Formats: sequence, C-alpha cells, structure tokens
Amino acid sequence: MSENQNKRIRLLLVDDEKGFVDIISKRMSKRSIDVTKAYSGTDALQALRKADFDVVVLDLKMEGMDGIEILKLFKKIVPDLAVIMLTGHGSEEAARDGINFGAFDYLTKPCDLEELVAKIKEAYRQQK
Amino acid sequence: MKNVKHDSSGYYRSLTRKMLLTIIIVSFTPMIMVSSIILYQFNLSYHEKVEAHLEELVLKHKQNIDNFLKEKLGDIRFLGEAFCCEELTEESFLQDKLVMLQQEFGPVFVDLGVVNAQGFQVAYAGPFKLGKARYSDAQWFKKAIKSKYFISDVFLGLRGLPHFIVTVRDNWKSEQWILRATIDFVAFNNFVKNIRIGETGFAYILNREGNFQTKPYFNITPKKGPYRDFLKIKEGDLKKVHMIEKKDESGKKNLYVAAFLKNGDWLLVYQQVASDAFADLNKTVGVAIVILLLGAFGIILTAFLLSKRMVHHISVADQEKEMMNKQIIETGKLASVGKLAAGIAHEINNPVAIMVEESGWIGDLLEEEEFGESENLDEFERALKQIKTQGHRCKEITHKLLSFARKTDSRAQEVQINDLIRELVELSEQRAKYGKIAIHTNFQEDLTTIYLAQSEIQQVLLNLINNAVDAMENKGGLLNITTGLEENFVVIKITDNGPGIPESNLSRIFEPFFTTKPIGKGTGLGLSICYGIIQKMGGEIDVESVIGSGTTFRIRLPIKGPLES
Repeated sequence: MSENQNKRIRLLLVDDEKGFVDIISKRMSKRSIDVTKAYSGTDALQALRKADFDVVVLDLKMEGMDGIEILKLFKKIVPDLAVIMLTGHGSEEAARDGINFGAFDYLTKPCDLEELVAKIKEAYRQQK
Repeated sequence: MKNVKHDSSGYYRSLTRKMLLTIIIVSFTPMIMVSSIILYQFNLSYHEKVEAHLEELVLKHKQNIDNFLKEKLGDIRFLGEAFCCEELTEESFLQDKLVMLQQEFGPVFVDLGVVNAQGFQVAYAGPFKLGKARYSDAQWFKKAIKSKYFISDVFLGLRGLPHFIVTVRDNWKSEQWILRATIDFVAFNNFVKNIRIGETGFAYILNREGNFQTKPYFNITPKKGPYRDFLKIKEGDLKKVHMIEKKDESGKKNLYVAAFLKNGDWLLVYQQVASDAFADLNKTVGVAIVILLLGAFGIILTAFLLSKRMVHHISVADQEKEMMNKQIIETGKLASVGKLAAGIAHEINNPVAIMVEESGWIGDLLEEEEFGESENLDEFERALKQIKTQGHRCKEITHKLLSFARKTDSRAQEVQINDLIRELVELSEQRAKYGKIAIHTNFQEDLTTIYLAQSEIQQVLLNLINNAVDAMENKGGLLNITTGLEENFVVIKITDNGPGIPESNLSRIFEPFFTTKPIGKGTGLGLSICYGIIQKMGGEIDVESVIGSGTTFRIRLPIKGPLES
C-alpha cells in the first residue's frame, strides 16, 4: 500500500486542448503522477508504443477523431490498459459505449482535478 | 398579418364564386337546352294538332252549309221544273206545296212566291201578307232574273226580318218568271251558332261585302280585322281552308280559320283567341316553367351550399397546412438554437476548465512556496476560491444549455416530465428574475415517465412558461408549476397571477393567428401549435382565467408505452 503510494504513477494524458493538457500535467506532477502529454490520437499511439503507462486519460471529443476508435486501438496494443475517458456534458452515451469497449470509467468535463486524481489512483490500484 | 388574412378571404370568396358558377353553368346548360328543345317540339306539334282540328271543323261545316244550300236550291228547282207557271201562280196550289215542303224538311222554308219578269209577285204562300209585292228594284231580283239559280245574301227585305231567298228562273210563254223561297234565318243561323269551342271560339258567315250573314256570338265589327285578307283570296284558292293569326281591335292575338261557301260568295269564319285555343299548351308550358324554376332554385341552393362547404374544408386544410409549416419552422428554430447552444457550451467548457485548473495551479504553488507570511495570502486564497466557484457556475450553465440542446430531438422517447420542467425552469429563471417573477414548482415525485417527443413537449411547456412570464413581466408575480397523476394521465398545471385573459379572447386563444400582442411582437401561432402538438400526443390542453387574478393552463398527457404511441 505504502509502496503504491510512494511509487509515481505513469499517466498518458490525451487531449487536443493544449492549455488544458499542460496545466493538468503540471498539477499532476505535484500529486506524484508523471504525465506524458499527447495532443492527438496519433501522438498518443506513438507514445503508447514507446513507453509503458499505468493509466491513460482520454478526451473523447477531439477534432477530427473518434475517441471510441482510439480507445479500441489502445486496447489492441495494451489489452489491460486502464483508460479513463473525459466526455462533454450530454455525451455520456459515448462514454458508456467506451466502458463496453473496456474503458475503466469516465468523467465529465470540466472536472475537478482532485476527482480526476482520485479516479486515476483508483484505476491504478485496480490494475495492480 | 391583417393584409394576409384579408387577401386569403378574398381568395376563398373568389374560389367559392368560381365553384358556384361552374356548378350552375354545368347543370343549367343541358337542363335549359333539353327543356327548350322539348318545349319547342311540343309547342310545334300542339299547334299543328289544334290547327288541323280547327281546319277540319271549318271544312266539315263548310260542306254541311254548302250541302244545305244545295239541297234547298234542289228542292225549289224540283218545284219549278215539275210544275208550270200557271199551276204555281195559283195560291192554293202554292200553299199546298209549301206545306208539303215544310212537312218534308221542317220549318226551313218560310214562304214561297212567284215573281214575273217585271218584278211583281204574282202569287205568295206564307205567313206574311206580301201578296202583290213589287220586287223590281230589289237587289236580289236584279241578280235572280239574270241567272237560272240564285241564292241571295241575308237582307231585311219588306218584312223587316233577316232572311235570305233561293230562286229558280224559268220560261213560260216566252216570259221569264221566278220561283222564290225564303229560308228560315234561325234554322240557317243554327249551323254556325253551334260552332263553339273553349270560351272564345265562335263562327259566323260574311258575304263579299263583309256583311254578316249569320248572327255572331260576340259583338264584332266585320269591316275591320283580317276578313278583308280572306276576301282578297283569288278564285283558285276558294276550295281551301285558310288560317291567319292576327291581333284583333283589343290587341289580343286571335286565330282565324276561314273557308268560302256558295262558290266564293260567302265566307265561313271561325275565330278564337289564341291563348284560349292553346290553353292546354299554355298550361303545360306554365307547369314546365314552374318545375324549371324550382329545379333552378334547387340547383343554385345546392351549388351555393356545396361550394361553401367545400371551400370551408379547403380553407381548414390550408390553415392546418400552414400551421404545420409554422410548427416545423418553430421546431427547426428550436433545434438550431439547441445546436448553437451546444456548440457554444462545448467551446466555453474548455477555456473555463483551463482557467479553473490554472487557478488551482496557483493554489498548489501557494501551498508549496512559503507565502505564509504574505499579508495578502487570505485575499489570494479567497480570489482563487472565487475563480473556482465561478468556474463551476459556468460549468452548470453550459450543462443546462447542453441538456436543453440534447432534447431538441423530435423522436419519441421516455421522458420524465418533472426533470424536463426542472430544466426549463432553470433556463427561464434568469428572465423571470429580471421581471421580478418567482417560479415555484410543486411536483408529484413518483410521476410516471411517458413516452413522447421530448422536443415537442419541451416546446409547449417553454411556450406556456414564456407566455406566463410575458403576462406578468410588468408588475412581477408568481408562476406556479405543478405536476400530478390523474388516472391514466400526467397533468401539468402552469398558473400565473397576471392580469388574466378576457372571456371574449378565451374561446379563440387556441385559434391560429389569434394574438393580443402588438403587431410584430407575436405571430399568434404559439398556442395553436401547442394545441396541435398536445392533440397529436392524444392529450388535452385547456385554459381557465379570471380577470385580475390570473390564468391556468392545464395539460393532460396520456401515459402510454412506445408501442401505443
């Protein structure tokens, strides 16, 4: 338990909103989470091939991309990957679809950071 | 608005007129044509029939009279040839012969006389004392002495009574003498007197000078009128029956049928007023015209009612179509507003999220660095908290917009009316607040969900809420929304305490284009669309209003599953 808490979580954050990704990664690093930033699905796939991650946070609504398709690709590469989805309000249906395709959970945007961190930690623990 | 209404009512009026005219023309033309042809043919054949009948009548009488005259002449001829002058000038012998004739033929022969060449009556048998009368200057004598047989015109003669005579001339001892017989006028007159048809038909006989030879039933002046036309007829046509239709002195159209008697000396005329002669025809024509007029009236009435009813149906259909178009436009508007709102909400979400996170980052940094001594630390923390709070408020607003936009979907789905109203109230609250209007809700919590098009019921409720807010906007007020269950219906009541609706407007409030808002402000379609939507859902909408205390709109929606709807 303590080992878990001390060990930094490797997180891949995928969102096309650069400002959001940047500030979240800064705040996460203060909460013992190492964030790898990806501004698009392709970035994310490359990152996923290069390194191992404990948890992925994936924005479902990015310009020119279908979040669910990216989720399926992730799951193909790393089947037991814990993915937390971020959705806009009102697109919970897509998020529920995502859970059917193996996502861990979803949060609606804009979400509280502490909530997100709690969810990431939960996912990390579950995966272990 | 007014103009449009005026134009359309003109359009419907002209449509009614056109239909009316078409129906009338199409049904009248054949009716009139057929009836006129039939009437014309009937008229023609009836005329022919009447004329033929009259001609036959006149011809028959002409022959009768001619035969009568011939017979009488024959009797006298026999007398003149059988006995010599000497025998006949003996008055007792003559008297015997008269009695014999009267016994044989009745009182047709009034008297007998023998006149010598000088015009003196040498013998006489009869009721008058005409013993030695002198006829040398009499018209008849002058003619009679010149021909073997002679029948005179009617004249008064010495006795002063109308009569006519038949004469036979013979020779005795190279002296000419004449046997004459007077024919009873009454007996002769009866031949024509009895020719009576209808009320105005009668006959008489004229001589070549146009003098009556019989006593006419009606008083007429023979010198005038069409008799002269007949009298002009030439020798060749004397045997035929002639017919003329002409107006008499009183201006009435008369039918004259004439035939010559006595080798063209006399003219038998039958005269009848045309309207009397054709009375049956005129009666039939009258009945036909009455039937035609009644038929025409029936056709016009039917055409009028039919075209009125059809145009009414057309106008109702047009109105429904227009309403549906407007509803589609309204729904479309709402959907595009929804899409726009969703877009904006989504776009705003990201910068707001970044702002909130950045402020959170400042908070993180403040905790880390030793800012504990800073005298403005409390203010920093307060400001950051405020940014966070306001960020969340933005999030809530965008959430409301997004859930509104999501419900512009017009497909039927499971709807929880309470939730829907809650969201609509949240959307309207800001506007209500500006109008000093408080919105209270009183929901039945265990309300059944119903299956219907969310966007449509949302449109109805939003419309009613907006109307209530409009009504109370100037003075402020209270808007009360309640939900409840009644048997198989979900009941929604929207009550305001605004100025109320006058009774005269209340009955028209769901009519399309009815509005009390100033021109340009309201289309008058809102409530009629609401009415249409609720009807389509199988529900009911009604309104109660009391002037000065407010208005309540009540909607009843049937609870039914997806299959039933």
